[in-house]
Amino acid sequence: MAIPKVMGTEIEYGITVKNDRDFDPISSCVLLVNSYREESTAKILWDYDQENPLADARGFQVEGEKYTPNQQENIARNKTLANGARYYVDHAHPEYSCPEVTNARDLVIHEKAGERIVEQSRREANRVLPPGTQMLIYKNNSDRKGNSYGSHENYLMDRRTSFKQIVEHLMPFFVTRQIYSGAGKVGSENRAHPCEYQLSQRADFFETEVALDTMVKRPIINTRDEPHADREKYRRLHVIVGDANMSEFTIWLRNGLTALVLAMIEDGAVDRDLSFRDPVRAIKEISHDATCRREVEMQNGRRRTAIQVQQEYLDMARRYVATREVAPEFKDLILEWERVLGALERDPMELSGEIDWIIKRALIEAFMERKGVDWGSPQVQMLDLQYHDLRPDKGLYYVLERQGRVKRVVTDEEIERAVLHPPEDTRAYFRGGCLRRYGAQVFGVNWDSISFGIGDEPIKRVMMVEPLKGSKQHVEELFNSSPTAAELVRNLRS
Amino acid sequence: MQIHSRSPRREVEEKLRFLGAAESQQQQKKGGGDGGDDGGEKGAGGQKLAKKGEELKEEMDSLIDEIDEVLEENAEEFVKNYVQRGGQ
Repeated sequence: MAIPKVMGTEIEYGITVKNDRDFDPISSCVLLVNSYREESTAKILWDYDQENPLADARGFQVEGEKYTPNQQENIARNKTLANGARYYVDHAHPEYSCPEVTNARDLVIHEKAGERIVEQSRREANRVLPPGTQMLIYKNNSDRKGNSYGSHENYLMDRRTSFKQIVEHLMPFFVTRQIYSGAGKVGSENRAHPCEYQLSQRADFFETEVALDTMVKRPIINTRDEPHADREKYRRLHVIVGDANMSEFTIWLRNGLTALVLAMIEDGAVDRDLSFRDPVRAIKEISHDATCRREVEMQNGRRRTAIQVQQEYLDMARRYVATREVAPEFKDLILEWERVLGALERDPMELSGEIDWIIKRALIEAFMERKGVDWGSPQVQMLDLQYHDLRPDKGLYYVLERQGRVKRVVTDEEIERAVLHPPEDTRAYFRGGCLRRYGAQVFGVNWDSISFGIGDEPIKRVMMVEPLKGSKQHVEELFNSSPTAAELVRNLRS
Repeated sequence: MQIHSRSPRREVEEKLRFLGAAESQQQQKKGGGDGGDDGGEKGAGGQKLAKKGEELKEEMDSLIDEIDEVLEENAEEFVKNYVQRGGQ
C-alpha cells in the first residue's frame, strides 16, 4: 500500500534591480529576505547539521564539501516562517520552500502564499533602494541566455520501493508531463535547436538521465537522497525537472498527477514499458513542439506522441483507483487529466485559460496579431518574462487572473491564511506553532528537527522524523498545556 | 479596424477559447452550426455570431491595451539586461 504523498515545492526566483548598474544578486537577495518581517522568527538558525545533500539514492556518498555558513551569515540568509516555510538565499537567488502538505490543492495554496511573501518583501526592500531603482522578481526558470534556476518538487516515498523501479517507471512520465505542466518559453537556449516557442522553461537544460547534480549536467531524475525524515522508512524524491508555474490549475495538475503516479509505482501499478530510446532528446523534442503531435522514438522502436504516453499512464491510473482506496483528490485529478489530454489532442488552444504554456502563448499570439510583430520582437520576449512578474499590477499572469481569464483552484482567502498559518495535517504545524509561540527560545530549525535554547541550559533538539506527526491533532493539546518553551520541552520528555 | 485573413467564425472560436468560456463556446457552436457566416447570407445564428465576435474583439482589444500599458518600457534593453546567475 502506497504511503501518503507528503509533498512540497522549492521555488528559486529570478531577481534584478532596474536601473542599477552595479546590481549584485547576492546582496539583493539578502536584502529581500531580510525585508520580510516576522517578529517571532528574526534570529533563528537553519540547522545545517541535519543536511546531507551529497548522499546519492543509488547507495553511495559523493565526495564534496558540505556548505555550512557561520552563525551571522546563517541568520542573514535563512528565515524560517511561522507558516512552516523556509525563505532563504540560495546561491544568487531568493528561494521559498513551502511547508509540507498532504495534497496538491494545499500545495497550490502554499506555493501561492510563497509568491505573496516574496512580493511583500520586495515592496519592503524597495523602500530602502536608491530613488529611480526598483527590485523586480520573476517566478520563472530562465533568463533566456543559458542561465537556469530551479523549481523543485519533493514527494515522500516508501524506502522499500527501489530507486531503480522509480527511475524506470517515472522517466517516461517526466519526459511527457510538460504538455500540461510547462510554463512556456519564447525561443530556445543552451545550444538546443532553434524554435519560436516551447512548452517548457527547463527542457533545454537537461543533459543526462539520472544523476546527483542540480546545477551542471542536469539530470531528468535527480538522485539526491536526503529524506529529511526517518531514512530507514522513507525517501524524498527530489524532482528538478519541473517549471515554475503561475497557473493554479497547472500547479495542481503537476503535483497531483506526479503524486498519483508515484503512489502507483509504490503499489506496482505501473506495469507497461513506455521507455523512450533517448529521454534527454525526447524531453527537448516534446518541448519544442507546440502542436503536441510530434512522435518520439520509443525503446521498442515504435513512435509515440507525448499525449499517447500520458494516456497510457491515465489508463493505468483508472485501473489503479478502481480497485483500491485512494486519496480522494486522485479521482478528481483523473477526471481533469482525461479532459486535458482530450483537449490537447483536439487543439491545445482549448486550454488557453488553464495551462501556463498555453495561456502565455495565446496572450502572445493575440499581442502579435494586434501589433503586427513576430516571435523575435523584444516586446514578445518581454511578455514572456513579465508573465512571471510578481507585481500584482504589472505581472501579466495576475492581470489575466484579475480579469477572470484563468481557471482558479483555490481562493484568495485560503492563500492569505497560508501566508501566516501552517498546514494543519503535517509536522509543519508543530514547526510553525513553535515559532509563533516560543520564537524567542527557538535556536535552530531544519525540516526534521527544531532546537530550543532555554536560559543557560544546553540546546535541546526535538527530532521530527515522521512528516505526518506533529499535526494539529497530535500537538494542539501539548501546545495548550505548554505556555513556555521550557514547559514544552518538559512535557515532551515526560 | 484590422482586416483578418481568416474566416470570422474561426476568429471567434479562437477568441472564445482564450476567454476560457466553455459555455459561450457551446452556444456559439449551436448558433453558427448551419453555415451562412462565411460571407454568404446571414441567418439569425450568423448575426448573433457576428455580434458576439464584435464583442469579443473589443474585449481582446481592451486586454491588449491593458497589457500595453503595463508592459515594461524599453523592452529591448530590459530583456538584454536581464541576466541571472545559474541556480540549482
